[in-house]
Amino acid sequence: MTLTAHAHAAHLETSTGLDNRKVAIWTFIGSECMFFATLISNYLVNKGKSLVGPFPHEPWTSPAGQHFEPIFEIPLVTLGTALLLFSSLFVVLALSGAQRGNRKALIGWLGATIACGIFFAGMQVYEFTHFVHRGLGFTTNLFGSSFYTLTGFHGTHVAIGVLWLSTLWVDALRGKLPPQKSLNLEMAALYWHFVDVVWIIIFPVVYLIK
Amino acid sequence: MASHVTAHDQEHTHPTAGLYFKVGLVLFVLTALEVGLYEITYGEHAGSLASTLKPLFVPVLLLLSAAKFALVAMFYMHLKQDSKLFTGVFVFPLIIAAFIIVALMVLHAYHFAFARSG
Repeated sequence: MTLTAHAHAAHLETSTGLDNRKVAIWTFIGSECMFFATLISNYLVNKGKSLVGPFPHEPWTSPAGQHFEPIFEIPLVTLGTALLLFSSLFVVLALSGAQRGNRKALIGWLGATIACGIFFAGMQVYEFTHFVHRGLGFTTNLFGSSFYTLTGFHGTHVAIGVLWLSTLWVDALRGKLPPQKSLNLEMAALYWHFVDVVWIIIFPVVYLIK
Repeated sequence: MASHVTAHDQEHTHPTAGLYFKVGLVLFVLTALEVGLYEITYGEHAGSLASTLKPLFVPVLLLLSAAKFALVAMFYMHLKQDSKLFTGVFVFPLIIAAFIIVALMVLHAYHFAFARSG
């Protein structure tokens, strides 16, 4: 009975011929597009309208005579961006390993993906802490509010992705992620790629375009 | 039934590891181009070319980002191989999202222009 149930679950018959879970994750990703569109819009409409500093690209001296340097550190964020892009490559290789039943590749590439995700989240924590120390709080100016909201929500998505992938990594270590269950990883990988493509937009829009 | 088999098969004909690495390399090069363009236009290495590049900076950067976005969606998210239904479910909200961004920017630009003139 259990074997029959498992076999049935692996090949669900649906009217589209597609697995409902995959349709669900794509629908969720579609809704997330609009969620991030509102945050990106918020950043763009408030761009350059801050009355007081610190500013992202220009130095600023307050009326009290306090000097603030431009706040962004492009080399650090470029490194984070590169690692997030690599993590997309790693997770797709992990998925390929899972689908072929190659447990070693699955565990290795998935571990590398998680490590990249942790580095990226750590980079953001460092960046936020550094910005606060340099005088940019959430309510300091329009730039601070819209920047922390946009990148903070993206960072939260990264953290959720790391947790999701970590649970699957533990499953893989315990031998509980066979090829028949590779869709579990495919759904997490789709979410992870989405987090990556959102950053592909955020990186130039927020950090590079003045 | 035959259509079910076709859809199921479509879902599982994913690219090879070699293609994934090639796409990864292109993504890395495009990111390097973005940062390189920033450096020679606005960064510490900005030189005589900077004034020529400034008008092209935003359009080129957006094109590079769009190319990276499309590569990840097509090859890593498997939209090129998977059912067209997934492409529709992703692209339709994406169009609405782009419209929201452009509409809000135009609306705010108009509002600020009106507020200043009024």
